[in-house]
Amino acid sequence: MKKFIIKRLGLAAISLFLLSLTIFLLIRISGDPAVLLAEPGASAADLEAIRTQFGLDRPLWIQYASFIGHLFRADFGQSFYYRTDVFELYLSRLPASLLLAAAAMLFSLVIGIPTGIIAAVRVNRWQDSIGKIFALLGLSMPSFWVGLIMILFFSVYLGWLPSSGSGTVLHLVMPAVALGWVFAAAHMRLTRSSMLEVLGSEYVKLARLKGLPEALVISKHAFKNALIPVLTLAGVNLVIMVNVAVIVETVFAWPGVGRLLFEGIAFRDFPVVQASILLGGTMIVLVNLLVDILYAVIDPRIRYEG
Amino acid sequence: MTGPLLDIRRLSTHYVSARGTRVTRAVDDVSLSLDQGQTLGIVGESGSGKTTLALTLLRMLPPAARIVSGEMLFEGSDLLKKREGEMRRIRGKRIAMILQDPMMSLNPLFTVGDQVAEPIRVHEGAPRRTAWRRATELLKAVRIAAPERRVREYPHQLSGGMRQRIVGAIAISCEPKILIADEPTTSLDLTIQAQYLKLLRDLQRSHNLALIFITHNLGIVAKMCDQVAVMYAGRLVEAGPVKQIYNAPAHPYTQALLESIPRLGDSRQRLTAIEGQPPDPASPPPGCAFHPRCPKVMDRCRSEAPPEFRVADAQTSRCWLSTPASR
Repeated sequence: MKKFIIKRLGLAAISLFLLSLTIFLLIRISGDPAVLLAEPGASAADLEAIRTQFGLDRPLWIQYASFIGHLFRADFGQSFYYRTDVFELYLSRLPASLLLAAAAMLFSLVIGIPTGIIAAVRVNRWQDSIGKIFALLGLSMPSFWVGLIMILFFSVYLGWLPSSGSGTVLHLVMPAVALGWVFAAAHMRLTRSSMLEVLGSEYVKLARLKGLPEALVISKHAFKNALIPVLTLAGVNLVIMVNVAVIVETVFAWPGVGRLLFEGIAFRDFPVVQASILLGGTMIVLVNLLVDILYAVIDPRIRYEG
Repeated sequence: MTGPLLDIRRLSTHYVSARGTRVTRAVDDVSLSLDQGQTLGIVGESGSGKTTLALTLLRMLPPAARIVSGEMLFEGSDLLKKREGEMRRIRGKRIAMILQDPMMSLNPLFTVGDQVAEPIRVHEGAPRRTAWRRATELLKAVRIAAPERRVREYPHQLSGGMRQRIVGAIAISCEPKILIADEPTTSLDLTIQAQYLKLLRDLQRSHNLALIFITHNLGIVAKMCDQVAVMYAGRLVEAGPVKQIYNAPAHPYTQALLESIPRLGDSRQRLTAIEGQPPDPASPPPGCAFHPRCPKVMDRCRSEAPPEFRVADAQTSRCWLSTPASR
């Protein structure tokens, strides 16, 4: 078990190293931040001064070594644009993202679990077909498009919901739906397949043989067992939601870490982009590591293979 | 009420493939009867239709199955004419069943007490406290030590033998008239098997249950049962009192089955095996389904399926050799 955990930790460290290298190089392809930071019409000497100020004139590998060196002291650097500590900036935006992710998760579970159960109980009938169409739409419609259509409909035509910003529950509704829909589809599909498996189990057969009403068989004996994998997935998805909300947060001007990343890319604010991607990546790697370890604790076969 | 407790008349259950093109006659024209307190053994190879017959009785068949004809008179009224709600009140209360794999039959997320008390609460409307007290008594009846502690435990905390006893306790919880046990001991090791069979027999006697015992083990049938019914490819090929059939089997299939059991003090060098494979239930051979493997096959067997002949008092056989003329 110890060996398994050490191996997994090593793999996680390699993932994060590759991620840091990739993002460090990719963001530098996007262009020269000095051009955006300087006054329009600034001289070549002015641009050079800005580059020197941020250390962008040094060779790439020295910049990278310095970046990694600072990381070990939990120093993500200063934002070029905001001129503040990037880590603090990230933390100040995180609560908004967590709130949005929680709301999207709530939406995805409230929609996904009941529809998944109905689809499984009425498998191959019209209820199942409607569920399949819903899941297909959820998985194939991009969230920015869902967001724009919702803004058009609910804000422009009907005027029911604010089109952007934050502060009230009403502001939360559309971004949560736009972000949560694809997850609702994923949760629905997993609930359906998990429920189908449980419905074929011997203990559900015995529950029916006992003469229990079908509603009790499903709500008590099948549902609770079918929920376990869905909740596991939902836990991982909550962390993923925080990190994939870039587009949705931008469409709805939601002040979370996703929009921070978008701004960072738009302004070529290298430290902001590097920190956002690395912190988000770390979250995802950690939650995957946690799930791997938990599964190994539960299932001895995984434990000994490792 | 006169007549047997359960009277199955010319029952047929077919499986129909998704497009309706393939029909499998899983249970084909089966007639059987059972009296209170009696034990009936149903024997046959895998795929001979034993389990389908049991599931037909409880009307718990998978969606692809259709009960196409026949009657199932239980205490004089036809189970096939009952609505689903009425069937539900029969399942677990009047007719109970122990499944093939009792190890997997308990729900891992609920306590033993909850699962044993459940039928009592649902069928008798007993309050929780009463049902739990009954559950504790039932655990004692199936000889589980420290039942007061066990009721509060979860299935994974119990051994296989104990779990199986609990499944037995669930089956008798509402004092059913009929208990169907579908190969209840195949997943157990031999010593526990013997204990479990003894427990079933004791429960049967103390509750005056009619027991339907489904198995492929003729030795168990000899020990447990009064009546035996031999199934082959969905049909009942021979039925009657155990002693009579073991002494004088009329059907060549039964004869071959009995010859394939090892016996203590048997002087034969080798056991006789039945040649060939059991037929594909979806496309059985024409005529008598056993004819390709039958050592006594005649021309008539290849084209004409034999009806049920009465060979002796209460003994029937589906074989052309059992016609009154040929005996």
